[in-house]
Amino acid sequence: MTATFSPRPSACPACAVTPAAEKLAEARAATEARLMLSLPTIHCAGCISTVERGLNAAPGVRSARVNLTLKRVAVEAEPDITAEDLVKVVEGLGYEAHELDPGVISATATDKAGRDILMRMAVAGFAMMNVMLLSVAVWSGATDATRDLFHWISAAIALPTIAFSGQPFFRNAWAALSARHLNMDVPISLAILLAGGMSLYETMLSGRHAYFDAALSLTFFLLAGRYLDHRTRAVARSAAEELAALEVPRALRIGADGEETVAISAIAVGDVVRVKPGARVPVDGVVIAGQSEIDRSLLTGETLPVFAGEGQVLSAGEVNLTGPLDVRVTAAGEDSSLHRMADLVAIAESSKNRYTSLADRAAQIYAPGVHLLALFAFIGWLVISGGDVRLALNIAVAVLIITCPCALGLAVPAVTTAASGRLFKRGMLIKDGTALERLAEVDTVVFDKTGTLTLGMPQPTNMGDHARRDLEIALALAAASAHPLAAALAREAGRAGIHPANVSSIAEVPGHGIEGRIGDQQVRFGRAEWLGAAAGSETAAWLRVGNAAPVEFTFADSLRPGAQEAVTGLLQQGITVHLVSGDAPAPVADLAARLGIEHWQAATLPQDKAAFVQGLAQAGQRVLMVGDGLNDTAALAAAHVSISPSSALDAARVASDIVLLGADLSPLGDSLITARKATRRIKENFAISLGYNVIAVPIALAGFATPLAAALAMSLSSITVSLNALRLR
Amino acid sequence: METLVYLIPISLFLGGLGLVAFFWALRSRQFEDPDGDSQRFLSTDWDDHPKP
Repeated sequence: MTATFSPRPSACPACAVTPAAEKLAEARAATEARLMLSLPTIHCAGCISTVERGLNAAPGVRSARVNLTLKRVAVEAEPDITAEDLVKVVEGLGYEAHELDPGVISATATDKAGRDILMRMAVAGFAMMNVMLLSVAVWSGATDATRDLFHWISAAIALPTIAFSGQPFFRNAWAALSARHLNMDVPISLAILLAGGMSLYETMLSGRHAYFDAALSLTFFLLAGRYLDHRTRAVARSAAEELAALEVPRALRIGADGEETVAISAIAVGDVVRVKPGARVPVDGVVIAGQSEIDRSLLTGETLPVFAGEGQVLSAGEVNLTGPLDVRVTAAGEDSSLHRMADLVAIAESSKNRYTSLADRAAQIYAPGVHLLALFAFIGWLVISGGDVRLALNIAVAVLIITCPCALGLAVPAVTTAASGRLFKRGMLIKDGTALERLAEVDTVVFDKTGTLTLGMPQPTNMGDHARRDLEIALALAAASAHPLAAALAREAGRAGIHPANVSSIAEVPGHGIEGRIGDQQVRFGRAEWLGAAAGSETAAWLRVGNAAPVEFTFADSLRPGAQEAVTGLLQQGITVHLVSGDAPAPVADLAARLGIEHWQAATLPQDKAAFVQGLAQAGQRVLMVGDGLNDTAALAAAHVSISPSSALDAARVASDIVLLGADLSPLGDSLITARKATRRIKENFAISLGYNVIAVPIALAGFATPLAAALAMSLSSITVSLNALRLR
Repeated sequence: METLVYLIPISLFLGGLGLVAFFWALRSRQFEDPDGDSQRFLSTDWDDHPKP
């Protein structure tokens, strides 16, 4: 709100032809940097003041404000301050911090829609309470002039309020009617408008009954339901966007004057980008210089790293492991794999739209039913009373109000809010409104292997088979590299209390391994081909001391925490579990045996994965797909409902309905139980509102309904429904 | 009954005052961080004088 606008020089005609002047002015206009950091570990008052005090004391920072609800800090700083500087400051204070992409986050910073609903709800609540006070006087016996006065005051409060607060319903109802179908908002709007109009007419004729309070409480309760619904979605959306914003899309471009960091969107075909070890390849391209190994597990599910040298084709999403690579870009922006992801997501969305939510199904039965009932009441009483339009209309309106969809409007959002809140606490983010209902129907679960059931992090498996001396040499060499296999070996050996041997002139040979010397003997640790050994099917690194035969260090992917509990929990619930992976048969079979999964399939191509899921669906099974890679995206889209871990590729997260926020898989089994409970509560809520209609409708049809009865029934049913939803917590 | 002439406008005015206060709070973004606000009052920063 404090942005300052300096007049742009383009106001003068000459400046239009001197873009340099414009650029200069822009640089001057950028007098401050607005940065956003994610702080996943903050949780208390102490954390807030430590972080704020620390950041405010940092040079160049103008102000910092922590938002604990979103676990973020917004910083206004001098323009030359970068997010990395601030991350260092916060990490120095003892808190984890990650940079967030402000381009993605700014969309969520202002929740306009939420504030709009809240505003309308506040107005409706204010009006409802005032009118209710006046109505109490009428119910307790005010007559004649007093009653008319009270009715007129009520009208003066209620009618403008209805016009303002009812707008969301009127808009939706109009949109539905223009598209020639009925939704829940049609009977709602009709009830609100008719109640208001009829009451005004009655007031003019000094009638006994006015339903202003009913019209207002209907508006208020329904807006409350709308707001709950909106909140659940807003929380999920902002968390999902935060995940996306954590990956700041940048690349190192090599230009005429050295390296520069640019946004991925600014990269064109033919540019050369440098990919550092440990970084994700940002674009599709061909290696023109450097040697390294490439981890493609997110794209294909293969756990064995692939050698990459000159001429090797790389796709966006692969991870560079050992040496820096210079890549000539062959596809960027819309043409690259990003575009393929967008296509897959479009498919996902169209298939999800086929599902009709419980609320919509209820509305499809409810809306025409209520309208017919009111029409029936009107015609019936017109005949009985011998043409008394006013009486007949009064009773028809009473029927519309008393069958109020109030409880129905709260029935679903109250439950989904409670259930999503419960699952969110366990680290599951429900992205899609109907995901819970679909999750409740699941009877088959298909898991991906690499990155989903396993962490994609290798662990040495045969350390005990080696001589102490070999281990010491291997540790000395491995400690010099950031390669995941070397790092895993170094970590495990360190934990086992092994001390590195004295190896001199250690050097990493990117793409091959590490070599060094002990005395005049050469020692090497790396790929099988480099050492002249025969590569097996398992992930392995080899050690060769002098001219001795190479020895093999094998590795297996470590299990994701909670994977065992998740699979066991699902099997106990009688759910069929499949394991489908793009990896080689040996590691897949091994993992299936470890977890007790009977059905497994290895070396599966991405399209076969999707076909497999579709085949299960055609056989009448409701499939939950759990996966993380690009090779899973089509399958995630094809499944009835899908879950991906937060470490998944952006495309996979977008295609899935639920995101697991933590590293732990164990909430999976429980989430199915919660989803089933939630669906049961929703159905109970429908039953409650139906039961209340069964009692109330005959009374209204008989013409005995009074505004007091309507108000009582409406509040009671809404409260019962909300309390029933809260039982989920 | 004459009291109603005063009391009804007074009650409407007071209620309206509450509504305006809520609008102000909403517009000045006091509902953006409910968790943070519930923690912030525990901290002793700015106990002696308001934040400048």
